[in-house]
Amino acid sequence: MSLFISLTLNGEAREVSIDDPRVTLLDLLRERLALPGTKKGCDRGQCGACTVLVNGRRANACLMLAAGLDGAEITTIEGLARGEDLHPVQAAFIEHDGFQCGYCTPGQIMSAVGLIAEGDAGSDPERIREGMSGNICRCGAYHGITLAVQEASRRMAAKDEGGAA
Amino acid sequence: MKQFDYVQPKTMDEALASWEPGASWLGGGTNLVDLMKLGVAQPQRVIDLTRISDLGEITFQQNGSVRIGAMVSNADLARHAGFAQHFPMVAEALLSGASGQLRNMATVAGNLMQRTRCAYFQEETAACNRRTPGAGCDARDSDEEARALLGASPACVATNPSDFCVPLAALEAQVEVRGVNGTRQIPIAEFHLLPGDHPERETALEQGELIVALHLSAEAARFARHARYLKVRDRTSFAFATTAAAAALQMEDGIIVEGRLALGAVAARPWRVAEAEALLVGQAPDAALFARVAEAAMAGAEAPVHLEWKIDLARRTAARALAMAAAGTPARLPALPASPFGQQNGDLAHV
Ligand SMILES: Cc1cc2nc3c(=O)[nH]c(=O)nc-3n(C[C@H](O)[C@H](O)[C@H](O)COP(=O)(O)OP(=O)(O)OC[C@H]3O[C@@H](n4cnc5c(N)ncnc54)[C@H](O)[C@@H]3O)c2cc1C
Ligand code: SF4
Ligand code: FES
Ligand code: FES
Repeated sequence: MSLFISLTLNGEAREVSIDDPRVTLLDLLRERLALPGTKKGCDRGQCGACTVLVNGRRANACLMLAAGLDGAEITTIEGLARGEDLHPVQAAFIEHDGFQCGYCTPGQIMSAVGLIAEGDAGSDPERIREGMSGNICRCGAYHGITLAVQEASRRMAAKDEGGAA
Repeated sequence: MKQFDYVQPKTMDEALASWEPGASWLGGGTNLVDLMKLGVAQPQRVIDLTRISDLGEITFQQNGSVRIGAMVSNADLARHAGFAQHFPMVAEALLSGASGQLRNMATVAGNLMQRTRCAYFQEETAACNRRTPGAGCDARDSDEEARALLGASPACVATNPSDFCVPLAALEAQVEVRGVNGTRQIPIAEFHLLPGDHPERETALEQGELIVALHLSAEAARFARHARYLKVRDRTSFAFATTAAAAALQMEDGIIVEGRLALGAVAARPWRVAEAEALLVGQAPDAALFARVAEAAMAGAEAPVHLEWKIDLARRTAARALAMAAAGTPARLPALPASPFGQQNGDLAHV
């Protein structure tokens, strides 16, 4: 089999050849497109380390067949910052010690970006913990993660209001 | 993973024409791709249904009934304002399942069709009648906790793990399926089969048929003010149910006019008992009444000694779900949907 799919990957249009339908989006990113920022933890949907945005929504790249993604817009951790300017969620994770070893962090950050866009949690810590429960942190950095998501959520809401005014 | 041939039809006719024995339909892939990696599912062809546009819509009819396309995501359905208002316990059950990421991917049909989480089913080297008819059942004499208390057979003691299907059973949803011979509707109560001698037959779908939509009637919305889903888990969030219950009441002047109760994680399908529901009619909500109803709903339950606690937990889950439903549907879902923990109260919904 040989199949070409078009992707918008971190803002850039890409034509990608898929020679085997078994390739997941996660393996495509890490092994074939030199984007190892997205991590593989369980490879079964159970840990959230592989979280990316697909058409603006958070998803587990380990359970997505790449062959099905023609036309999709994919954002990975490598695509969040604007040059040296960190995304507000990235900045908040640093400020609030939202990680220890860092392995789960790309997934946590992408999941938080997705959660904030969903708009259900706001800065309510209980809703944030529930909304982030698909991301496991083996180091137990959950307290800092919750604070970081609260902070980023507030800042992004304030910025949106500022922009609208 | 075994090699397979991948197709992505754009129309229903194309999809039906591309089916052949040994093929699998693909929705969000959150169950199928996982099982393919484990070697438990080995389809020769994978038919991706996600690009068929008419499968992706939620349509309310004039009369208030709703048709939900098979490929609508679990997240989109739970967040659809009109849907959540009319069928709040379905939204609550959906939001208590899996994770934010998985709910974005998982589809309505995939959720209905998800396979058991029996650990021996998922372990390729274990004996499992459901996976390999006639092989035996390694779960029966094991300490597996995801074990049916009701409706099990010597051949298989697996449970259905879906949260979504529990309130759907209570509300008597209909599953619309299509095959080369046309379309038919299957009541949800007849959709998932008890194992009997043939645990490998899991649903009423025939070979080559696929789910196109799910229907909830306008009458099912009459429970909207008193409807809750309760799910007990090993951890607060992101875990399958140990026990679960969907409870819905229609109340008038403080009296229950009609009640529905379906239990999850206790059988190979959501468990409903008409005699238990009948006890609710004409009564005022009361803890002793709910305990009697729960007892009747679990009549005939059996468990090995090490799992007897689960029978008791299932009863308590049912009684508490009924009490929560009687108290009223919250206007906004609690921060922890379906959880026994956290804030339960808040303003009630008056829909
Ligand atoms: C880590 C993890 C945690 C989870 N936790 C929960 C939980 O707490 N509660 C819960 O309820 N669920 C849970 N799930 C299960 C999840 O809900 C299901 O995996 C999901 O709903 C399946 O939907 P899908 O679209 O991804 O299905 P797929 O994986 O695409 O398909 C599943 C099955 O349905 C069949 N199928 C798909 N579409 C159709 C169709 N239109 N017609 C006929 N057959 C079809 C497929 O062939 C396959 O057999 C969890 C899953 C994971 C991985
Ligand atoms: S309980 Fe059913 S699914 Fe589990 S091993 Fe036995 S036959 Fe298989
Ligand atoms: S690697 Fe995808 S969820 Fe763990
Ligand atoms: S920071 Fe180490 S796993 Fe989360």
